Amino acid sequence: MSDTATAGPGAIRPTPPIRPEYERIPEPIAGSSIERRVSLPQRLWQYAWLRKALILIFLAVMWEIVARLQGNDLLLPSFTATLQAFFEDIGNGIIPGRAANSVDILVKGYVAGVVLAFVLTSLAVSSQLGRDFLSTLTSMLNPLPPIALLPLGLLWFGLGQGSLIFVLIHSVLWPLALNMYTGFTSVPETLRMTGRNYGLRGLRYVFLILVPAALPSIIAGLKIGWAFAWRTLIAAELVFGASSGRGGVGWYIFQNRNELYTDRVFAGLMTVILLGLLVENVLFRQLERRTILKWGMTR
Amino acid sequence: MDGTSTASVGNTSHSAQTPLLAVEGVTLEYVAPGRIVRATQNVSFDIWEADRFILLGASGCGKSTLLKAVGGFIAPSEGQVLLDGRPVTGPGPDRVVVFQEFDQLPLWKTVRENVAFPVRVSGRLGRKEALERADHYLEKVGLSRFAEAYPNALSGGMKQRVAIARALAMEPRVLLMDEPFAALDALTRRKMQEELLALWEDVRFTLLFVTHSIEEALAVGNRIALLSPHPGRMRAEINSHEWDLQSGGSSEFQSAATRIHRLLFDETPGATESDHE
Repeated sequence: MSDTATAGPGAIRPTPPIRPEYERIPEPIAGSSIERRVSLPQRLWQYAWLRKALILIFLAVMWEIVARLQGNDLLLPSFTATLQAFFEDIGNGIIPGRAANSVDILVKGYVAGVVLAFVLTSLAVSSQLGRDFLSTLTSMLNPLPPIALLPLGLLWFGLGQGSLIFVLIHSVLWPLALNMYTGFTSVPETLRMTGRNYGLRGLRYVFLILVPAALPSIIAGLKIGWAFAWRTLIAAELVFGASSGRGGVGWYIFQNRNELYTDRVFAGLMTVILLGLLVENVLFRQLERRTILKWGMTR
Repeated sequence: MDGTSTASVGNTSHSAQTPLLAVEGVTLEYVAPGRIVRATQNVSFDIWEADRFILLGASGCGKSTLLKAVGGFIAPSEGQVLLDGRPVTGPGPDRVVVFQEFDQLPLWKTVRENVAFPVRVSGRLGRKEALERADHYLEKVGLSRFAEAYPNALSGGMKQRVAIARALAMEPRVLLMDEPFAALDALTRRKMQEELLALWEDVRFTLLFVTHSIEEALAVGNRIALLSPHPGRMRAEINSHEWDLQSGGSSEFQSAATRIHRLLFDETPGATESDHE
Protein backbone atom coordinates (compact mmCIF):
# COMPACT_ATOMS: atom_id res chain seq x y z
CA MET A 1 0.00 0.00 0.00
CA SER A 2 1.17 3.51 0.66
CA ASP A 3 3.77 2.21 3.11
CA THR A 4 6.32 1.66 0.40
CA ALA A 5 5.48 4.90 -1.35
CA THR A 6 6.01 7.21 1.61
CA ALA A 7 8.81 5.48 3.51
CA GLY A 8 12.33 5.66 2.23
CA PRO A 9 13.86 2.61 0.55
CA GLY A 10 14.88 0.04 3.06
CA ALA A 11 13.50 1.97 6.06
CA ILE A 12 11.32 -0.03 8.38
CA ARG A 13 8.36 1.98 9.65
CA PRO A 14 7.58 1.00 13.23
CA THR A 15 3.97 -0.05 13.68
CA PRO A 16 2.36 -0.01 17.12
CA PRO A 17 0.94 -3.35 18.23
CA ILE A 18 -2.84 -3.73 18.29
CA ARG A 19 -3.85 -4.04 21.93
CA PRO A 20 -7.12 -5.38 23.33
CA GLU A 21 -9.89 -2.94 24.21
CA TYR A 22 -11.34 -2.75 27.68
CA GLU A 23 -14.23 -1.06 29.47
CA ARG A 24 -14.39 -0.35 33.17
CA ILE A 25 -16.28 1.71 35.70
CA PRO A 26 -14.15 4.61 37.06
CA GLU A 27 -12.59 3.77 40.41
CA PRO A 28 -14.22 5.37 43.47
CA ILE A 29 -13.07 8.88 44.37
CA ALA A 30 -10.27 8.83 46.92
CA GLY A 31 -10.94 10.63 50.21
CA SER A 32 -14.19 12.23 51.31
CA SER A 33 -14.04 15.28 49.02
CA ILE A 34 -12.18 16.45 45.93
CA GLU A 35 -11.52 19.83 47.55
CA ARG A 36 -8.91 20.67 50.16
CA ARG A 37 -8.72 23.58 52.58
CA VAL A 38 -5.86 26.05 52.30
CA SER A 39 -3.59 26.26 55.36
CA LEU A 40 -4.00 29.17 57.82
CA PRO A 41 -0.86 31.19 56.89
CA GLN A 42 -1.75 30.87 53.21
CA ARG A 43 -5.27 32.00 53.91
CA LEU A 44 -4.06 35.01 55.92
CA TRP A 45 -1.64 35.90 53.15
CA GLN A 46 -4.58 36.16 50.74
CA TYR A 47 -5.88 39.24 52.60
CA ALA A 48 -4.59 42.33 50.83
CA TRP A 49 -5.12 44.57 53.87
CA LEU A 50 -2.90 42.31 55.97
CA ARG A 51 -0.09 42.36 53.42
CA LYS A 52 -0.38 46.14 53.10
CA ALA A 53 -0.42 46.60 56.89
CA LEU A 54 2.82 44.61 57.12
CA ILE A 55 4.41 46.89 54.53
CA LEU A 56 3.30 49.98 56.48
CA ILE A 57 4.66 48.60 59.75
CA PHE A 58 7.96 47.83 58.07
CA LEU A 59 8.22 51.38 56.70
CA ALA A 60 7.36 52.91 60.12
CA VAL A 61 10.02 50.80 61.83
CA MET A 62 12.62 51.82 59.23
CA TRP A 63 11.68 55.49 59.74
CA GLU A 64 12.03 55.18 63.52
CA ILE A 65 15.45 53.52 63.22
CA VAL A 66 16.80 56.10 60.75
CA ALA A 67 15.48 59.00 62.87
CA ARG A 68 17.02 57.60 66.09
CA LEU A 69 20.37 57.09 64.36
CA GLN A 70 20.31 60.58 62.93
CA GLY A 71 19.18 62.19 66.18
CA ASN A 72 18.11 65.65 64.94
CA ASP A 73 14.45 66.44 65.53
CA LEU A 74 14.61 69.57 63.41
CA LEU A 75 15.61 67.68 60.26
CA LEU A 76 13.90 64.34 60.76
CA PRO A 77 11.62 63.84 63.76
CA SER A 78 11.11 60.24 64.75
CA PHE A 79 7.98 58.32 63.89
CA THR A 80 6.81 58.36 67.51
CA ALA A 81 7.34 62.13 67.80
CA THR A 82 5.38 62.68 64.61
CA LEU A 83 2.64 60.43 65.87
CA GLN A 84 2.51 62.41 69.10
CA ALA A 85 2.22 65.73 67.30
CA PHE A 86 -0.36 64.21 65.00
CA PHE A 87 -2.62 63.05 67.81
CA GLU A 88 -2.12 66.31 69.73
CA ASP A 89 -3.38 68.37 66.80
CA ILE A 90 -6.19 65.93 66.16
CA GLY A 91 -7.17 66.27 69.79
CA ASN A 92 -7.31 70.06 69.67
CA GLY A 93 -9.17 69.95 66.38
CA ILE A 94 -6.61 71.72 64.20
CA ILE A 95 -5.90 68.85 61.80
CA PRO A 96 -9.56 67.74 61.39
CA GLY A 97 -10.55 71.34 60.62
CA ARG A 98 -7.80 71.81 58.07
CA ALA A 99 -8.45 68.43 56.51
CA ALA A 100 -12.17 69.21 56.26
CA ASN A 101 -11.36 72.47 54.45
CA SER A 102 -9.10 70.66 52.01
CA VAL A 103 -11.52 67.80 51.36
CA ASP A 104 -14.39 70.24 50.85
CA ILE A 105 -12.61 72.09 48.06
CA LEU A 106 -11.16 68.87 46.72
CA VAL A 107 -14.54 67.20 46.32
CA LYS A 108 -16.05 70.24 44.61
CA GLY A 109 -13.23 70.51 42.10
CA TYR A 110 -13.09 66.75 41.58
CA VAL A 111 -16.79 66.33 40.89
CA ALA A 112 -16.80 69.26 38.47
CA GLY A 113 -13.75 67.80 36.68
CA VAL A 114 -15.36 64.34 36.42
CA VAL A 115 -18.59 65.75 35.00
CA LEU A 116 -16.69 67.80 32.42
CA ALA A 117 -14.51 64.83 31.48
CA PHE A 118 -17.63 62.76 30.97
CA VAL A 119 -19.22 65.38 28.72
CA LEU A 120 -16.05 65.73 26.64
CA THR A 121 -15.55 61.99 26.16
CA SER A 122 -19.22 61.41 25.34
CA LEU A 123 -18.83 64.00 22.58
CA ALA A 124 -15.61 62.33 21.49
CA VAL A 125 -17.15 58.86 21.08
CA SER A 126 -20.15 60.18 19.18
CA SER A 127 -18.48 62.37 16.56
CA GLN A 128 -15.25 62.76 14.64
CA LEU A 129 -15.09 66.47 15.45
CA GLY A 130 -15.56 65.77 19.16
CA ARG A 131 -12.71 63.25 18.98
CA ASP A 132 -10.39 65.82 17.38
CA PHE A 133 -11.49 68.43 19.91
CA LEU A 134 -10.69 66.16 22.85
CA SER A 135 -7.35 64.93 21.52
CA THR A 136 -6.19 68.44 20.65
CA LEU A 137 -7.22 69.91 23.99
CA THR A 138 -5.72 67.00 25.91
CA SER A 139 -2.37 67.15 24.17
CA MET A 140 -2.29 70.94 24.65
CA LEU A 141 -3.39 71.20 28.26
CA ASN A 142 -2.47 67.89 29.90
CA PRO A 143 1.27 68.74 30.19
CA LEU A 144 0.48 72.18 31.66
CA PRO A 145 1.10 72.14 35.45
CA PRO A 146 -2.02 73.28 37.33
CA ILE A 147 0.12 75.50 39.54
CA ALA A 148 1.11 77.46 36.45
CA LEU A 149 -2.57 78.28 35.99
CA LEU A 150 -3.11 79.40 39.59
CA PRO A 151 -2.00 83.05 39.05
CA LEU A 152 -4.52 83.19 36.23
CA GLY A 153 -7.16 81.63 38.43
CA LEU A 154 -6.47 84.15 41.19
CA LEU A 155 -6.83 86.92 38.63
CA TRP A 156 -10.14 85.63 37.30
CA PHE A 157 -11.81 84.19 40.39
CA GLY A 158 -10.11 86.10 43.22
CA LEU A 159 -8.69 84.80 46.50
CA GLY A 160 -11.35 82.24 47.20
CA GLN A 161 -12.48 78.74 46.53
CA GLY A 162 -13.14 79.68 42.90
CA SER A 163 -9.50 79.89 41.88
CA LEU A 164 -8.63 76.61 43.65
CA ILE A 165 -11.55 74.80 42.07
CA PHE A 166 -10.44 76.16 38.69
CA VAL A 167 -6.99 74.57 38.99
CA LEU A 168 -8.43 71.38 40.48
CA ILE A 169 -10.73 70.95 37.49
CA HIS A 170 -7.73 71.44 35.25
CA SER A 171 -5.73 68.80 37.11
CA VAL A 172 -8.55 66.22 37.09
CA LEU A 173 -10.14 66.78 33.70
CA TRP A 174 -7.38 65.87 31.24
CA PRO A 175 -5.96 62.66 32.71
CA LEU A 176 -9.48 61.39 33.40
CA ALA A 177 -10.75 62.29 29.92
CA LEU A 178 -7.74 60.56 28.38
CA ASN A 179 -8.35 57.37 30.38
CA MET A 180 -12.09 57.42 29.81
CA TYR A 181 -11.66 57.85 26.09
CA THR A 182 -9.11 55.03 25.92
CA GLY A 183 -11.57 52.85 27.82
CA PHE A 184 -14.42 53.66 25.44
CA THR A 185 -12.34 52.92 22.37
CA SER A 186 -11.20 49.56 23.73
CA VAL A 187 -14.72 48.17 24.22
CA PRO A 188 -14.91 45.02 22.07
CA GLU A 189 -16.66 45.47 18.74
CA THR A 190 -18.93 42.49 19.43
CA LEU A 191 -20.20 44.09 22.61
CA ARG A 192 -20.90 47.37 20.81
CA MET A 193 -22.85 45.54 18.12
CA THR A 194 -24.76 43.67 20.82
CA GLY A 195 -25.77 46.96 22.39
CA ARG A 196 -26.92 48.37 19.07
CA ASN A 197 -28.73 45.11 18.40
CA TYR A 198 -30.77 45.75 21.55
CA GLY A 199 -31.85 49.01 19.91
CA LEU A 200 -29.85 51.22 22.30
CA ARG A 201 -28.80 54.67 21.09
CA GLY A 202 -27.26 57.91 22.32
CA LEU A 203 -26.87 58.43 26.06
CA ARG A 204 -28.59 55.16 26.91
CA TYR A 205 -26.01 53.33 24.79
CA VAL A 206 -23.15 55.20 26.52
CA PHE A 207 -24.48 54.58 30.05
CA LEU A 208 -25.72 51.01 29.65
CA ILE A 209 -22.97 49.59 27.44
CA LEU A 210 -19.88 51.80 27.08
CA VAL A 211 -19.47 53.02 30.67
CA PRO A 212 -19.69 49.60 32.37
CA ALA A 213 -17.55 47.99 29.67
CA ALA A 214 -14.89 50.72 30.04
CA LEU A 215 -15.07 50.81 33.83
CA PRO A 216 -11.55 49.48 34.48
CA SER A 217 -10.06 52.40 32.55
CA ILE A 218 -12.52 54.87 34.04
CA ILE A 219 -11.66 53.81 37.59
CA ALA A 220 -7.95 54.04 36.80
CA GLY A 221 -8.59 57.56 35.49
CA LEU A 222 -10.60 58.47 38.60
CA LYS A 223 -7.72 57.32 40.80
CA ILE A 224 -5.14 59.27 38.84
CA GLY A 225 -7.39 62.32 38.86
CA TRP A 226 -7.86 62.05 42.62
CA ALA A 227 -4.10 61.91 43.23
CA PHE A 228 -3.51 64.83 40.86
CA ALA A 229 -6.17 66.86 42.65
CA TRP A 230 -4.53 66.29 46.04
CA ARG A 231 -1.12 67.26 44.74
CA THR A 232 -2.46 70.38 43.12
CA LEU A 233 -4.34 71.48 46.22
CA ILE A 234 -1.44 70.97 48.62
CA ALA A 235 1.00 72.59 46.21
CA ALA A 236 -1.30 75.58 45.68
CA GLU A 237 -1.52 76.17 49.42
CA LEU A 238 2.21 75.74 49.89
CA VAL A 239 3.07 78.18 47.12
CA PHE A 240 0.39 80.82 47.60
CA GLY A 241 -0.55 80.37 51.24
CA ALA A 242 -4.15 80.21 52.36
CA SER A 243 -5.68 81.41 49.15
CA SER A 244 -9.19 80.56 50.22
CA GLY A 245 -9.23 82.38 53.55
CA ARG A 246 -9.83 79.13 55.40
CA GLY A 247 -6.57 77.19 55.16
CA GLY A 248 -6.32 73.50 54.41
CA VAL A 249 -3.69 70.87 55.11
CA GLY A 250 -1.19 72.54 52.78
CA TRP A 251 -1.50 75.75 54.72
CA TYR A 252 -1.00 73.79 57.98
CA ILE A 253 2.26 72.33 56.61
CA PHE A 254 3.37 75.74 55.35
CA GLN A 255 2.73 77.48 58.70
CA ASN A 256 4.51 74.82 60.76
CA ARG A 257 7.51 74.82 58.45
CA ASN A 258 7.81 78.58 58.94
CA GLU A 259 7.81 78.04 62.70
CA LEU A 260 10.20 75.06 62.42
CA TYR A 261 7.76 72.59 63.98
CA THR A 262 9.13 69.80 61.81
CA ASP A 263 7.17 67.13 63.67
CA ARG A 264 3.96 68.99 62.78
CA VAL A 265 5.10 69.26 59.15
CA PHE A 266 5.38 65.49 59.17
CA ALA A 267 2.02 65.22 60.89
CA GLY A 268 0.54 67.29 58.06
CA LEU A 269 2.17 65.05 55.48
CA MET A 270 0.85 62.05 57.36
CA THR A 271 -2.65 63.49 57.18
CA VAL A 272 -2.37 63.75 53.40
CA ILE A 273 -1.05 60.20 53.19
CA LEU A 274 -3.75 58.80 55.47
CA LEU A 275 -6.53 60.55 53.58
CA GLY A 276 -5.05 59.20 50.35
CA LEU A 277 -4.87 55.66 51.75
CA LEU A 278 -8.41 55.96 53.06
CA VAL A 279 -9.83 57.03 49.71
CA GLU A 280 -7.78 54.49 47.79
CA ASN A 281 -8.41 51.50 50.04
CA VAL A 282 -11.94 52.21 51.17
CA LEU A 283 -13.73 54.22 48.49
CA PHE A 284 -12.02 53.04 45.31
CA ARG A 285 -11.46 49.54 46.65
CA GLN A 286 -15.15 49.18 47.44
CA LEU A 287 -16.08 50.58 44.05
CA GLU A 288 -13.79 48.05 42.38
CA ARG A 289 -15.00 45.18 44.51
CA ARG A 290 -18.62 45.91 43.69
CA THR A 291 -17.98 46.30 39.98
CA ILE A 292 -14.96 45.24 37.98
CA LEU A 293 -13.68 42.64 40.47
CA LYS A 294 -17.11 41.06 40.80
CA TRP A 295 -17.52 41.00 37.03
CA GLY A 296 -14.09 39.46 36.49
CA MET A 297 -12.79 42.36 34.39
CA THR A 298 -9.67 42.65 36.51
CA ARG A 299 -7.87 40.62 39.13
CA MET B 1 -55.86 40.09 -11.36
CA ASP B 2 -56.97 43.21 -13.22
CA GLY B 3 -59.62 44.12 -10.66
CA THR B 4 -57.40 44.31 -7.60
CA SER B 5 -54.75 46.90 -6.98
CA THR B 6 -51.25 45.52 -6.84
CA ALA B 7 -50.50 47.25 -3.57
CA SER B 8 -53.20 45.47 -1.59
CA VAL B 9 -52.18 42.12 -2.98
CA GLY B 10 -48.67 42.76 -1.80
CA ASN B 11 -49.80 43.55 1.72
CA THR B 12 -52.44 40.95 2.43
CA SER B 13 -50.76 37.89 1.05
CA HIS B 14 -47.59 38.44 3.05
CA SER B 15 -47.37 35.83 5.71
CA ALA B 16 -48.42 32.87 3.63
CA GLN B 17 -46.89 33.38 0.22
CA THR B 18 -43.86 35.61 0.61
CA PRO B 19 -40.63 34.88 2.35
CA LEU B 20 -40.03 36.25 5.83
CA LEU B 21 -36.68 37.71 4.87
CA ALA B 22 -35.61 38.60 1.35
CA VAL B 23 -32.06 39.54 0.41
CA GLU B 24 -32.33 41.18 -3.00
CA GLY B 25 -29.25 41.79 -5.13
CA VAL B 26 -27.15 42.90 -2.20
CA THR B 27 -23.69 44.28 -2.90
CA LEU B 28 -21.63 45.09 0.16
CA GLU B 29 -18.47 47.14 0.33
CA TYR B 30 -16.13 47.99 3.15
CA VAL B 31 -13.54 50.72 3.43
CA ALA B 32 -9.94 49.61 3.77
CA PRO B 33 -7.14 52.18 4.07
CA GLY B 34 -7.07 53.98 0.74
CA ARG B 35 -9.55 51.79 -1.11
CA ILE B 36 -13.04 50.37 -1.10
CA VAL B 37 -13.26 46.59 -1.23
CA ARG B 38 -16.29 44.71 -2.52
CA ALA B 39 -17.18 41.94 -0.09
CA THR B 40 -20.26 40.57 -1.83
CA GLN B 41 -21.81 41.16 -5.20
CA ASN B 42 -25.46 40.90 -6.19
CA VAL B 43 -26.37 38.29 -3.60
CA SER B 44 -30.01 37.21 -3.41
CA PHE B 45 -31.76 34.60 -1.32
CA ASP B 46 -35.08 34.16 0.48
CA ILE B 47 -35.67 32.85 3.97
CA TRP B 48 -39.09 31.49 4.88
CA GLU B 49 -40.72 31.11 8.25
CA ALA B 50 -39.03 28.42 10.40
CA ASP B 51 -36.17 27.95 7.94
CA ARG B 52 -32.77 26.90 9.18
CA PHE B 53 -30.97 28.72 6.42
CA ILE B 54 -27.20 28.29 6.14
CA LEU B 55 -24.69 30.60 4.52
CA LEU B 56 -21.70 28.46 3.65
CA GLY B 57 -18.46 29.42 1.98
CA ALA B 58 -14.72 29.60 2.32
CA SER B 59 -13.22 32.52 4.17
CA GLY B 60 -13.42 35.73 2.15
CA CYS B 61 -16.83 34.96 0.66
CA GLY B 62 -18.44 37.71 2.74
CA LYS B 63 -20.84 35.44 4.60
CA SER B 64 -20.30 37.17 7.95
CA THR B 65 -20.58 40.55 6.23
CA LEU B 66 -23.89 39.44 4.71
CA LEU B 67 -25.14 38.44 8.14
CA LYS B 68 -24.16 41.84 9.48
CA ALA B 69 -26.06 43.47 6.61
CA VAL B 70 -29.15 41.45 7.53
CA GLY B 71 -28.57 42.52 11.13
CA GLY B 72 -28.53 46.13 9.90
CA PHE B 73 -24.98 46.90 11.02
CA ILE B 74 -23.84 47.52 7.43
CA ALA B 75 -25.87 49.24 4.74
CA PRO B 76 -25.73 47.61 1.28
CA SER B 77 -24.29 49.78 -1.48
CA GLU B 78 -26.69 48.11 -3.89
CA GLY B 79 -29.83 46.06 -3.40
CA GLN B 80 -31.78 45.72 -0.19
CA VAL B 81 -32.73 43.44 2.66
CA LEU B 82 -36.47 43.09 3.26
CA LEU B 83 -37.91 41.80 6.51
CA ASP B 84 -41.68 41.17 6.25
CA GLY B 85 -41.58 43.28 3.09
CA ARG B 86 -40.03 46.31 4.82
CA PRO B 87 -36.45 47.31 4.10
CA VAL B 88 -33.94 46.92 6.91
CA THR B 89 -32.39 50.27 7.80
CA GLY B 90 -30.45 49.60 11.01
CA PRO B 91 -29.89 47.19 13.85
CA GLY B 92 -32.96 46.29 15.80
CA PRO B 93 -34.32 43.81 18.32
CA ASP B 94 -36.34 41.97 15.67
CA ARG B 95 -33.08 40.48 14.31
CA VAL B 96 -30.91 39.31 17.18
CA VAL B 97 -27.36 38.17 16.49
CA VAL B 98 -25.45 35.41 18.26
CA PHE B 99 -21.78 36.14 17.64
CA GLN B 100 -18.84 33.77 17.61
CA GLU B 101 -16.90 35.70 20.24
CA PHE B 102 -17.35 34.97 23.91
CA ASP B 103 -17.12 38.68 24.77
CA GLN B 104 -20.62 39.35 23.44
CA LEU B 105 -22.08 39.10 26.96
CA PRO B 106 -21.87 42.21 29.15
CA LEU B 107 -19.67 41.06 32.03
CA TRP B 108 -21.43 43.33 34.52
CA LYS B 109 -24.71 41.47 34.45
CA THR B 110 -25.55 38.04 35.81
CA VAL B 111 -26.65 35.35 33.37
CA ARG B 112 -30.29 36.05 34.24
CA GLU B 113 -29.91 39.82 33.82
CA ASN B 114 -28.02 39.28 30.60
CA VAL B 115 -30.99 37.47 29.11
CA ALA B 116 -33.59 39.84 30.58
CA PHE B 117 -31.74 43.10 29.87
CA PRO B 118 -32.38 43.40 26.10
CA VAL B 119 -36.00 42.30 26.54
CA ARG B 120 -36.44 45.17 28.98
CA VAL B 121 -34.45 47.93 27.26
CA SER B 122 -36.07 47.23 23.90
CA GLY B 123 -39.37 48.00 25.60
CA ARG B 124 -40.97 44.60 25.04
CA LEU B 125 -41.71 43.72 28.65
CA GLY B 126 -41.44 45.20 32.12
CA ARG B 127 -38.69 44.24 34.51
CA LYS B 128 -40.54 41.42 36.24
CA GLU B 129 -41.94 39.84 33.07
CA ALA B 130 -38.54 40.10 31.41
CA LEU B 131 -36.92 38.18 34.27
CA GLU B 132 -39.64 35.53 34.07
CA ARG B 133 -39.06 35.14 30.36
CA ALA B 134 -35.30 34.95 30.98
CA ASP B 135 -35.85 32.11 33.44
CA HIS B 136 -38.02 30.33 30.89
CA TYR B 137 -35.38 30.42 28.16
CA LEU B 138 -32.51 29.71 30.53
CA GLU B 139 -34.32 26.52 31.45
CA LYS B 140 -34.62 25.69 27.74
CA VAL B 141 -30.84 25.92 27.30
CA GLY B 142 -30.26 24.10 30.60
CA LEU B 143 -28.65 26.94 32.53
CA SER B 144 -31.18 27.52 35.32
CA ARG B 145 -28.57 26.57 37.90
CA PHE B 146 -26.25 29.34 36.72
CA ALA B 147 -28.83 32.13 36.55
CA GLU B 148 -27.12 34.19 39.26
CA ALA B 149 -23.55 33.57 38.05
CA TYR B 150 -21.54 36.19 36.21
CA PRO B 151 -20.36 35.42 32.65
CA ASN B 152 -16.68 35.32 33.62
CA ALA B 153 -17.42 32.22 35.70
CA LEU B 154 -18.83 30.32 32.70
CA SER B 155 -17.14 28.09 30.13
CA GLY B 156 -17.20 28.98 26.44
CA GLY B 157 -20.06 26.60 25.67
CA MET B 158 -22.12 27.97 28.53
CA LYS B 159 -21.52 31.55 27.38
CA GLN B 160 -22.79 30.62 23.92
CA ARG B 161 -25.84 29.00 25.52
CA VAL B 162 -26.52 32.26 27.37
CA ALA B 163 -26.17 34.16 24.09
CA ILE B 164 -28.65 31.78 22.45
CA ALA B 165 -31.08 32.07 25.36
CA ARG B 166 -30.75 35.85 25.20
CA ALA B 167 -31.49 35.84 21.48
CA LEU B 168 -34.46 33.50 21.89
CA ALA B 169 -35.86 35.54 24.78
CA MET B 170 -36.15 38.48 22.42
CA GLU B 171 -38.42 36.29 20.27
CA PRO B 172 -36.98 37.88 17.13
CA ARG B 173 -38.38 37.47 13.64
CA VAL B 174 -35.03 36.02 12.55
CA LEU B 175 -32.28 34.60 14.70
CA LEU B 176 -28.88 35.40 13.19
CA MET B 177 -25.94 33.20 14.12
CA ASP B 178 -22.41 34.09 13.04
CA GLU B 179 -20.35 30.91 13.40
CA PRO B 180 -21.64 30.58 16.97
CA PHE B 181 -19.87 27.30 17.68
CA ALA B 182 -16.61 27.90 15.79
CA ALA B 183 -14.65 28.87 18.91
CA LEU B 184 -15.80 25.80 20.85
CA ASP B 185 -14.00 22.50 21.16
CA ALA B 186 -15.28 19.71 18.90
CA LEU B 187 -17.20 17.78 21.58
CA THR B 188 -18.93 20.88 22.95
CA ARG B 189 -19.71 22.01 19.41
CA ARG B 190 -21.42 18.74 18.60
CA LYS B 191 -23.48 18.95 21.79
CA MET B 192 -24.46 22.54 21.03
CA GLN B 193 -25.56 21.57 17.52
CA GLU B 194 -27.79 18.86 18.99
CA GLU B 195 -29.23 21.32 21.50
CA LEU B 196 -29.84 23.93 18.82
CA LEU B 197 -31.80 21.43 16.72
CA ALA B 198 -33.80 20.32 19.77
CA LEU B 199 -34.56 23.98 20.53
CA TRP B 200 -35.71 24.50 16.96
CA GLU B 201 -38.02 21.47 17.23
CA ASP B 202 -39.40 23.08 20.38
CA VAL B 203 -39.67 26.78 19.44
CA ARG B 204 -39.59 26.71 15.59
CA PHE B 205 -37.69 29.97 15.26
CA THR B 206 -36.36 31.18 11.92
CA LEU B 207 -32.62 30.86 11.72
CA LEU B 208 -29.92 32.33 9.50
CA PHE B 209 -26.71 30.52 10.31
CA VAL B 210 -23.23 31.29 8.99
CA THR B 211 -20.62 28.55 9.02
CA HIS B 212 -17.53 27.35 7.20
CA SER B 213 -18.07 23.70 8.09
CA ILE B 214 -19.77 21.56 5.43
CA GLU B 215 -20.78 18.92 8.00
CA GLU B 216 -22.28 21.53 10.31
CA ALA B 217 -24.17 23.06 7.39
CA LEU B 218 -25.66 19.72 6.33
CA ALA B 219 -26.57 18.68 9.84
CA VAL B 220 -27.96 21.97 11.18
CA GLY B 221 -29.61 23.51 8.12
CA ASN B 222 -32.60 22.66 5.97
CA ARG B 223 -31.36 24.83 3.11
CA ILE B 224 -27.82 25.86 2.29
CA ALA B 225 -26.68 28.81 0.22
CA LEU B 226 -23.18 28.34 -1.16
CA LEU B 227 -21.09 31.43 -1.79
CA SER B 228 -17.99 31.75 -3.92
CA PRO B 229 -15.24 33.97 -2.58
CA HIS B 230 -13.67 37.33 -3.59
CA PRO B 231 -16.22 38.85 -3.81
CA GLY B 232 -19.02 36.70 -2.38
CA ARG B 233 -21.46 35.62 -5.10
CA MET B 234 -24.22 33.03 -5.10
CA ARG B 235 -22.93 29.63 -6.18
CA ALA B 236 -25.85 27.34 -5.33
CA GLU B 237 -28.74 26.72 -3.00
CA ILE B 238 -29.05 23.18 -1.75
CA ASN B 239 -31.69 21.40 0.31
CA SER B 240 -30.40 19.60 3.35
CA HIS B 241 -33.59 18.97 5.34
CA GLU B 242 -33.09 15.18 5.17
CA TRP B 243 -29.83 15.24 7.13
CA ASP B 244 -29.37 15.54 10.84
CA LEU B 245 -26.53 14.94 13.25
CA GLN B 246 -27.12 11.17 13.16
CA SER B 247 -26.68 10.88 9.39
CA GLY B 248 -23.02 11.87 9.44
CA GLY B 249 -21.68 8.46 8.46
CA SER B 250 -24.14 7.54 5.70
CA SER B 251 -22.96 7.40 2.13
CA GLU B 252 -25.68 9.82 0.95
CA PHE B 253 -24.45 12.36 3.49
CA GLN B 254 -20.91 11.84 2.31
CA SER B 255 -21.86 12.34 -1.32
CA ALA B 256 -23.76 15.50 -0.42
CA ALA B 257 -20.68 16.75 1.39
CA THR B 258 -18.53 15.89 -1.61
CA ARG B 259 -20.93 17.72 -3.91
CA ILE B 260 -20.71 20.85 -1.74
CA HIS B 261 -16.97 20.56 -1.61
CA ARG B 262 -16.86 20.40 -5.40
CA LEU B 263 -19.20 23.39 -5.75
CA LEU B 264 -17.10 25.44 -3.37
CA PHE B 265 -13.60 24.64 -4.52
CA ASP B 266 -13.64 23.51 -8.15
CA GLU B 267 -12.98 26.18 -10.73
CA THR B 268 -16.00 26.48 -13.02
CA PRO B 269 -16.61 28.62 -16.10
CA GLY B 270 -19.81 29.90 -14.45
CA ALA B 271 -17.81 31.76 -11.85
CA THR B 272 -16.14 33.99 -14.41
CA GLU B 273 -19.34 34.58 -16.38
CA SER B 274 -21.04 36.27 -13.46
CA ASP B 275 -18.40 38.98 -13.53
CA HIS B 276 -19.72 40.26 -16.84
CA GLU B 277 -23.20 41.23 -15.80
